[in-house]
Amino acid sequence: MSTLTNITLKVWRQDGPDEQGRFETHQIPEIPAEASFLEMLDFLNERLVAENKEAIVFDHDCREGICGTCSLMIDGRAHGPQHGTATCQLHMRTFASGDEIVIEPWRAAAFPIIKDLMTDRAPLDRIIEAGGFITAATGGAPDANLIPIPKPVADASMDAAACIGCGACVAACPNGAANLFTGAKIAHLNLLPQGQAERFQRSEAMVETMDEYFGSCTNHGECEAACPKEISIDVIAVMNADYLKSKLKNRKSLSRT
Amino acid sequence: MSQTLRRGPVTGTAVKKPPAKNKPFLLDLYATAVGKKYVMAITGLIGIGFVIAHMIGNLKVYLGVVNEGGERVYDADVYGEFLRELLVPILPRTYALWGLRLLLIAALILHLHAAYTLTLLNRKARPVKYQSPRDYEVANFASRSMRWTGIIVLAFLAWHLADLTWGWVNPDFVRGAVYRNLDASLSRIPVAALYVVANVLLGIHLFHGTWSMLQSLGVNSPRFNQWRKAAAAGVATLIVVGNVSFPVAVLAGVIEFDGDAITCCVEGEHK
Amino acid sequence: MSITLDSKIPEGPMADKWSNYIASQKLVNPANKRKFKIIVVGTGLAGASAAATLGELGYQVEAFTFHDSPRRAHSIAAQGGINAAKNYQGDGDSVHRLFYDTVKGGDFRAREANVHRLAEVSVNIIDQMVAQGVPFAREYGGMLSNRSFGGAQVSRTFYARGQTGQQLLIGAYQQLARQIGLGNVTLWNRTEMVDVVNIDGRCAGIVTRDLLNGEVTSHSAHAVVLATGGYGNAFYLSTNAMACNVTAAWRAHRRGAAFANPCYTQIHPTCIPQADDFQSKLTLMSESLRNDGRIWVPKNPDETRSPDQIPEADRDYYLERIYPSFGNLAPRDVSSRAAKRAVDAGQGVGPLKNGVYLDFADAISRLGLDVVWERYSNLFEMYERITGEDPRVVPMRIYPASHYTMGGLWVDYELQTTIPGLFCAGEANFSDHGANRLGASALMQGLSDGYFVLPYTMAPYLSEWLNKPIPDTSHEAFAAAEAEASDRFARYLATNGTRGPDHFHRELGKIIWDYCGMDRNKAGLEKALAEIPALHDEFQKDLNVTGSDTSVNQTLEKAARVDDFFELGMLMCQDALVREESCGGHFRSEHQTQEGEAKRDDENFAHVTAWEWSGDMAAPIEHREPLEYEVMKFQTRSYK
Ligand SMILES: Cc1cc2nc3c(=O)[nH]c(=O)nc-3n(C[C@H](O)[C@H](O)[C@H](O)COP(=O)(O)OP(=O)(O)OC[C@H]3O[C@@H](n4cnc5c(N)ncnc54)[C@H](O)[C@@H]3O)c2cc1C
Ligand code: SF4
Ligand code: FES
Repeated sequence: MSTLTNITLKVWRQDGPDEQGRFETHQIPEIPAEASFLEMLDFLNERLVAENKEAIVFDHDCREGICGTCSLMIDGRAHGPQHGTATCQLHMRTFASGDEIVIEPWRAAAFPIIKDLMTDRAPLDRIIEAGGFITAATGGAPDANLIPIPKPVADASMDAAACIGCGACVAACPNGAANLFTGAKIAHLNLLPQGQAERFQRSEAMVETMDEYFGSCTNHGECEAACPKEISIDVIAVMNADYLKSKLKNRKSLSRT
Repeated sequence: MSQTLRRGPVTGTAVKKPPAKNKPFLLDLYATAVGKKYVMAITGLIGIGFVIAHMIGNLKVYLGVVNEGGERVYDADVYGEFLRELLVPILPRTYALWGLRLLLIAALILHLHAAYTLTLLNRKARPVKYQSPRDYEVANFASRSMRWTGIIVLAFLAWHLADLTWGWVNPDFVRGAVYRNLDASLSRIPVAALYVVANVLLGIHLFHGTWSMLQSLGVNSPRFNQWRKAAAAGVATLIVVGNVSFPVAVLAGVIEFDGDAITCCVEGEHK
Repeated sequence: MSITLDSKIPEGPMADKWSNYIASQKLVNPANKRKFKIIVVGTGLAGASAAATLGELGYQVEAFTFHDSPRRAHSIAAQGGINAAKNYQGDGDSVHRLFYDTVKGGDFRAREANVHRLAEVSVNIIDQMVAQGVPFAREYGGMLSNRSFGGAQVSRTFYARGQTGQQLLIGAYQQLARQIGLGNVTLWNRTEMVDVVNIDGRCAGIVTRDLLNGEVTSHSAHAVVLATGGYGNAFYLSTNAMACNVTAAWRAHRRGAAFANPCYTQIHPTCIPQADDFQSKLTLMSESLRNDGRIWVPKNPDETRSPDQIPEADRDYYLERIYPSFGNLAPRDVSSRAAKRAVDAGQGVGPLKNGVYLDFADAISRLGLDVVWERYSNLFEMYERITGEDPRVVPMRIYPASHYTMGGLWVDYELQTTIPGLFCAGEANFSDHGANRLGASALMQGLSDGYFVLPYTMAPYLSEWLNKPIPDTSHEAFAAAEAEASDRFARYLATNGTRGPDHFHRELGKIIWDYCGMDRNKAGLEKALAEIPALHDEFQKDLNVTGSDTSVNQTLEKAARVDDFFELGMLMCQDALVREESCGGHFRSEHQTQEGEAKRDDENFAHVTAWEWSGDMAAPIEHREPLEYEVMKFQTRSYK
């Protein structure tokens, strides 16, 4: 079992949404390479509590890369240096003894900082509430095998549905845009036969809600590189195409008459 | 877009009051960022079309002197005349050309307006910047410098018009004598250098622009997705190589105005 | 409050009970539904589906979660799949067979009527989820694909890559989001329930704490649903998410809800072994891996060769050897204990000799790397990310870990606890799995409770309260509960000791794991019953919580949760102590056959033990609900 020594951490501390923040420096003299990045923070926090200092607040839960709660900007990269990996799955073996590691919260107007490294990502939920669903009243569903779905279609939908809603795409985007998230959600539902009835209503409502909170996409591709589920920016193209179609079909004005 | 933290229960978030009056389709589309990107993409496409056509037209300078209706003229000048004569006699002379120019001007204005408003939106989307250096992974120089390459290319465009269309900055300017003016302007080494630099920046702008356009227009199919980047690189290279060849050719003496070689259009007496 | 355990099982033959119940129950008419306010605590599969459906039906629903978004609930982490008696594979599955497998798998400690209902609605769940856009795996013909799972001899498990829980939760969350968007459900996120309030013998509402600013407030309702998940984190190291805790169920228990079978905890056989002392949680490797992986250990405890150098003759494929008909697919408890025996015998593998091999070499040579990769790529990648080893090259190392809790709040057929008006769904209740849960059945149960059971079974209770006034939060009982909660949090902050809550949690977890884990005995349990209160005393004197109660304070949140784990830990050990038999996840080493298999005692223990809070954690009051089997006959589980 190998051990890392002399890690210097620069961690963002901020007491509240409107407070002034600052970097705080901490030393980790020794940590096993097998430990996860968050376990390293746990260790630091236990030490802070023992020293009667307030523990660093950070969001996390499942610690297996699926709930999308963890959200740290590590050394200038959302979720840290390892590709296709959420913060919680990052292990110390990715770093080397003597490294200085800088940790910041996600930064975007839509994600105000709650405290230290914790942000509020509720606007992502607002996008789903606007249209990220298929209306299917409980109990009225037809047999599941009634509509065959070609495997490639189900697979493509699943690729998009893998999104864990972490917001790394927004954090990494130089413009603070949420197009990858929204595109993934739209692609997941719009590709499926079940999703066709509401396809255009959905695309329009979700894009417009996204617009209320986030910046715009200038196709840098940083989101794709940061995404722990490696969702392809092709989903953004899907969203763009469906948004235009929904405008052309002008369902909105039809439904308002 | 606020940065304040809202607390408390959440409900009824998607129940919106419909706007009093429906906006016309295009304005409605233009109201969202995705719609603006469509406008950026379509106006960009017009721009790319223009730049390619412009470049191909200019290649005529390599054909040098041709025999046209018994007169020896520069092929490039003939092409210039052709543009002015476009669609004659359906339209009077230069009308079609002006039509195209107006289209280009409109596209340019829309492109600029969309870029400007989107930039403002993006600034607002991250009011507090990251306090430590970002480590960008794929955002490249082209994508990150679109604003700057765009502005510089715009300034160059103004110079280019003043130089070769209006002749204000070209002391040797003769209206309509395309070949001659080109030679006169690009023989000045600083000007030639300016053209080279500006075209390289244009190429960089188009490299990201072309790819970005396909993405914004939602051109997306597994069959050619892997070709999108390559197509963008191809367009950009074509433009840069074509356009940079002119100043190089002038300086190398491949393009050399020779008043004696032609029987027409010398010293401003253009018909 | 004195407790009576009335299971309210409907009359009639087993297969007709549920349809009879639906046909004869009282209904609330659509116009009256909006007069009722229902609180749903928890937005996992059970909570989100219940809140969405109740909202859709027209009730006023308030949903609470301590997560920032409903979609973060722990259900998201389920990997392997969800069972349903669809018989799409034509391999002889049926509602009866799923019912049969579940009762048998639960070692005859589940209530038959509940299990049968679960098997019946399982088919509706798949229809519902597909209609909502869950991208389940498909065959090339476009039909749904199935895999087989431990404890079953048919392929009835539906899956979405290795992310079934995620896809199902996203499905349920989207339905909930729709109702929130429409204004039918009100969501309170980052809000933790800290108490239940009873007035005049019925549940009148809850007390919550806002995790962002520490404010303690009350909410009243006609009925409250707890869908707050399991208590596996009592062991400290488990596969549960970090925030999973027992607080909601435990606080309800303290207010009069009986807690059933707390000792029935499931240890999952395929988790990544602990790597170091810093470990905060264990990661599950889906059991579906056992479909193609073969489990073995070296025969020689002093083996030093690398796994690929060990010839077949020196390997012990112990599951295949002991249980020839089920082999590597033997049920969870059986394979967990077999792994423990191998490791205890010194045959463990890995740097700490704390695991067994799960080997894909045969599957790769039989099916080809592509097929194996297609099936398990995300699990393989996850494993490699955590351990730094590629399972395509080096066999995986696995070891059992705490994973699921079958015990929970006691509920009747209507999922109502012993507090009228307080319902409980999902992993938080004890209802359907008996002493052991089969793989891929928890997701099924959560969705069944939320989508198809509660919306019907709450109506009779609610209809009694139509047009009758209910107390609102100005009632003194709410004020008293609020004050109690505020005092509790103030006390944690004021203790000013030297050790943080994590320290105590780790120590507590170790006691529970050592004495009330995979292998239990009287002496050990008694030891635990002495050690836990001693540690709890230290906790009360030496706890250190820094920070304040006016902004986010994760240390404080943790302290309150650990406090409840202490009391729960006591109850787990007491329950394990009085259950003098081995069944399912509960293995008492005093009660085993000569071959080391569990020995059940149907004569004396065919009952549910439901505990009542007495005010003293050392002296809970025991109640029993006898289990009567109409359809199934007791038989010894045999997976040989
Ligand atoms: C790693 C792993 C893999 C699994 N794989 C499978 C599988 O393949 N198949 C299968 O069938 N089962 C599987 N399970 C089991 C299954 O995932 C769970 O049993 C099930 O999802 C529980 O759902 P739930 O809705 O009851 O609770 P949860 O999903 O745990 O939700 C609990 C909810 O309650 C909220 N909550 C809790 N306490 C409070 C409080 N005090 N105040 C406010 N809110 C509160 C939480 O915020 C959360 O929203 C797996 C479990 C684990 C750990
Ligand atoms: S698209 Fe990727 S980065 Fe964005 S929220 Fe989803 S998982 Fe996270
Ligand atoms: S903690 Fe769940 S994804 Fe990282």
